[in-house]
Amino acid sequence: MNQLTDIHDLMPLLPELVLACGAMLMLMLGVFIGERSAAMVNGWCVIVLAVAGAALVWVPHGTHTMFGGSFLVDDYARFLKMLTLVGSGGALLLSLDYLTLEKQQKFEYGTLFLLATLGMLMLISASDLIALYLGLELMSLPLYVIAASNRENLRSTEAGLKYFVLGALSSGMLLYGASLIYGFTGTVNFAGIAKATQSGAGVGLIFGLVFLFVGFCFKISAVPFHMWTPDVYEGAPTPVTAFFAAAPKVAGIAIFARATVVAFPGITHEWQQIVVFVSIASMALGAFAAIGQRNIKRLMAYSSIGHMGYALVGLAAGTPEGVQGVLVYMSIYVAMTLGTFAVILAMRRDGKLVENISDLAGLARTHPTMAFFLGVLLFSLAGIPPLAGFFAKFYVFLAAIKAGLFTLAVIGVLSSVVGAYYYLAIVKIMYFDEPVKGFQRMPVLLRLVLGVTGLANILFFVYPAPLLGAATVAAKSLF
Amino acid sequence: MSWPILSVVTFLPLLGALLVALLVRGNERLARGTARWVALWATLVTFAISLVMVWRFDAGSPEFQFVEKYNWLGIASYHMGVDGISLPFVVLTTGLMPICILASWTAIQTRVKEYMIAFLVLETLMVGTFSALDLVLFYLFFEGGLIPMFLIIGVWGGPRRVYASFKFFLYTLLGSVLMLLAIMAMYWEAGTTDIAVLLRHSFPIGLQKWAWFAFFASFAVKLPMWPVHTWLPDAHVEAPTAGSVILAAILLKMGGYGFLRFSLPMFPAASHEFSPLIFTLSVVAIIYTSLVALMQEDVKKLIAYSSVAHMGFVTMGIFAATTQGVAGGIFQMISHGIVSGALFLCVGVVYDRMHTREIAAFGGLVNRMPLYAFVFMVFTLANVGLPGTSGFIGEFLSLIGTFKVNIPVATLATLGVILSAAYALWLYRKMIFGTLKPSLEGIRDVGWRETVIFAPLVALTILFGVVPKPVLDMSAASVAQLLDNYNHAIAAAKTAELAERARSTAR
Repeated sequence: MNQLTDIHDLMPLLPELVLACGAMLMLMLGVFIGERSAAMVNGWCVIVLAVAGAALVWVPHGTHTMFGGSFLVDDYARFLKMLTLVGSGGALLLSLDYLTLEKQQKFEYGTLFLLATLGMLMLISASDLIALYLGLELMSLPLYVIAASNRENLRSTEAGLKYFVLGALSSGMLLYGASLIYGFTGTVNFAGIAKATQSGAGVGLIFGLVFLFVGFCFKISAVPFHMWTPDVYEGAPTPVTAFFAAAPKVAGIAIFARATVVAFPGITHEWQQIVVFVSIASMALGAFAAIGQRNIKRLMAYSSIGHMGYALVGLAAGTPEGVQGVLVYMSIYVAMTLGTFAVILAMRRDGKLVENISDLAGLARTHPTMAFFLGVLLFSLAGIPPLAGFFAKFYVFLAAIKAGLFTLAVIGVLSSVVGAYYYLAIVKIMYFDEPVKGFQRMPVLLRLVLGVTGLANILFFVYPAPLLGAATVAAKSLF
Repeated sequence: MSWPILSVVTFLPLLGALLVALLVRGNERLARGTARWVALWATLVTFAISLVMVWRFDAGSPEFQFVEKYNWLGIASYHMGVDGISLPFVVLTTGLMPICILASWTAIQTRVKEYMIAFLVLETLMVGTFSALDLVLFYLFFEGGLIPMFLIIGVWGGPRRVYASFKFFLYTLLGSVLMLLAIMAMYWEAGTTDIAVLLRHSFPIGLQKWAWFAFFASFAVKLPMWPVHTWLPDAHVEAPTAGSVILAAILLKMGGYGFLRFSLPMFPAASHEFSPLIFTLSVVAIIYTSLVALMQEDVKKLIAYSSVAHMGFVTMGIFAATTQGVAGGIFQMISHGIVSGALFLCVGVVYDRMHTREIAAFGGLVNRMPLYAFVFMVFTLANVGLPGTSGFIGEFLSLIGTFKVNIPVATLATLGVILSAAYALWLYRKMIFGTLKPSLEGIRDVGWRETVIFAPLVALTILFGVVPKPVLDMSAASVAQLLDNYNHAIAAAKTAELAERARSTAR
């Protein structure tokens, strides 16, 4: 660590530094001023995230390796960090009005967001197993706490506890896998592992790989490690659910792709089978299990399980096109998710949030604009052109076809038809059914998030070049 | 060419939709009126510009005209253009839209603004489907059309609208997603999604077969062919009148257009190999659905089944792959677009007055509605395929074309014509003749607005029946080129097969 004498060497780390220092500062502010500072602190946390985003744009370009090769800043990391910051920032924006209205303003809330986001950024940049674990835990611990942040609510505490117990179990499995991999290759560094597995791998290493994947699949809630998702999504406070659905998924997919592509290129065939299975199972379960849901948060949980399956289609291809597809998918997924949750948070009647899908009945009459944007987002989630969600699916399947994964592609598109059914069912409730009592006026911040994400989904096809270009560059830096 | 006329025709309705969405405010009655007028003018201007396009179109050239190409997705480009095969459909679309708007003038009283927006967006997507020269762009327009149509059926439809709209959406989506995978496979094989380039690319036979089936899945559902036609009667019965018109006149034609644009020229060997399958399904469609039509009690359902039967002639003609067959297929689609659209409008007229579509509820209408009886007669006879109406030309040409390649199929299909006469005339007799039902005493004849709607359709039906040349000439050069390439490809495939066989026997 002696080489870090010059402050300039720390420049690529600037976004993480901003978040870490910002989190400390906010915590201090909160502690010294007390509870009445909560609204202000949470608002400032959004700004800290924005500053971190600006720092990310400003840091020197190119690939930088730090801390003896365990921390890597490349185009891939920059792309995904930006996406994570957008996801976190969006979710925090969604939280502000909610916290005030529900009288849940606590200054720890925003601070925990910042710490979790910091963990995600570290996870994205991790290039050895130890940094990976550090990032993963730094991300997960604040998430457990935020899930239970509504202490008086039984469902919220239950969600937090459930998430914690299962999360700890999966962390243990991941750690076990990492130790097996270390044992069989003699290194924790991704590049070193790649060298050691160049000419195939023994059963022991494959074992380790499987355990490692269990940890990843848990974090991104892919089948068969998805059981926690519906309960936690339903139980956690709604903006926290939005956060769970957006940012940690991005970070999880990011490290999943980096670890598989960078550390195990020699045994692509072996891990491809696992990813293909997980992907098919997630897509199918996400599509079928969502049909019976009445609660919109549970529905979004199954929807997100399905979407992770689609993102993994790109990873299964294991090619630059595939990774590009994953990146495009995650970007559009974050936009769709934040927009949808903006509507869910606006489902407020008589001062209370309602969560049943049937509460949306006749929304097209009572709140036409809101219904229009939610309709757009739902069609986009279903992957109907010309909305952005179609392009997300298009690129991952394009990569799968090139890689010759025809079965995966066919099952994928067929389950997307099944998935279309339950999104259509919501559109039906909004547009075809007779209206029930309208919702309260939608807060400005929610309108902002919904408008931006909705327009982004409609207009993506007009000018797709920036996102596609950035994703191509980012994907190339992995190979 | 100085201005992008094709893009203007495609996106002008969308602009109209934006105008309606953003500008139409104020009280309910005023907003309704404004929305109607804006939509009518938008569609009329679009139609006028598309006529300019027809006027400037060089029918002697088989090449794509009014071509526009811009960089778009990297792998796909924004590439638009029309040739003699697609231009008739573009004009059919733009021409029917003002009629649809007029037909909804009084029938639609709730959520008029949204209704007009949905129709205008739908028009953009339909014109785009026919003029896209890039597979991804085509898919975008093709699938995008599901959203407005889903809403039109679901929001303004009849009692079972939810079931019908879901069935329509999911059926069509299921067919199309497989086509999307085939498009991707074609991209990796040919390195482009540009239709103009792909038309000259020769795909390996293995890929041809798979891709042919994938495209078939999509277009067979859309057209629809037996046995995947079951969504159509439901969608037709539940959709509002103008929705049925668009569905029958244009959305169904996308399937036939797809066969002509993709299946036949891009996968000639597979098309040739699987043409017996198409012939079988077509004949079953013609005979079976005609028989089903005979049994219907709902007017709209009867016409819907007759649509399936008439589309059977189209697929039969197209896959006969003879000049008469393909030209007949195109003509039949245009003619059916006018005639079946008009028949649904006829049903709409009495539905607006009586709010029922039961055949048994009508009878003796000629006593109260002589003008209506005349209009209905023209379209019934055109539907039957009486010489002198446009329906005759299409059926006749596709039958001649099929006789050249497969006599049993053509013979059976000709029998279907008799059946179509049976159900159409039976329907006409039941509704128009006989004693006047007491409940129909007060029914009014067609008004001036309805006369404006029907006049051009009656004129065109008879005009194209007597002088079919304009339509046939427009597409002749493109059809000739298509078949030329097709026959070359088949000949090449046969030689290759013979050489392969010779080699294996030598070994």
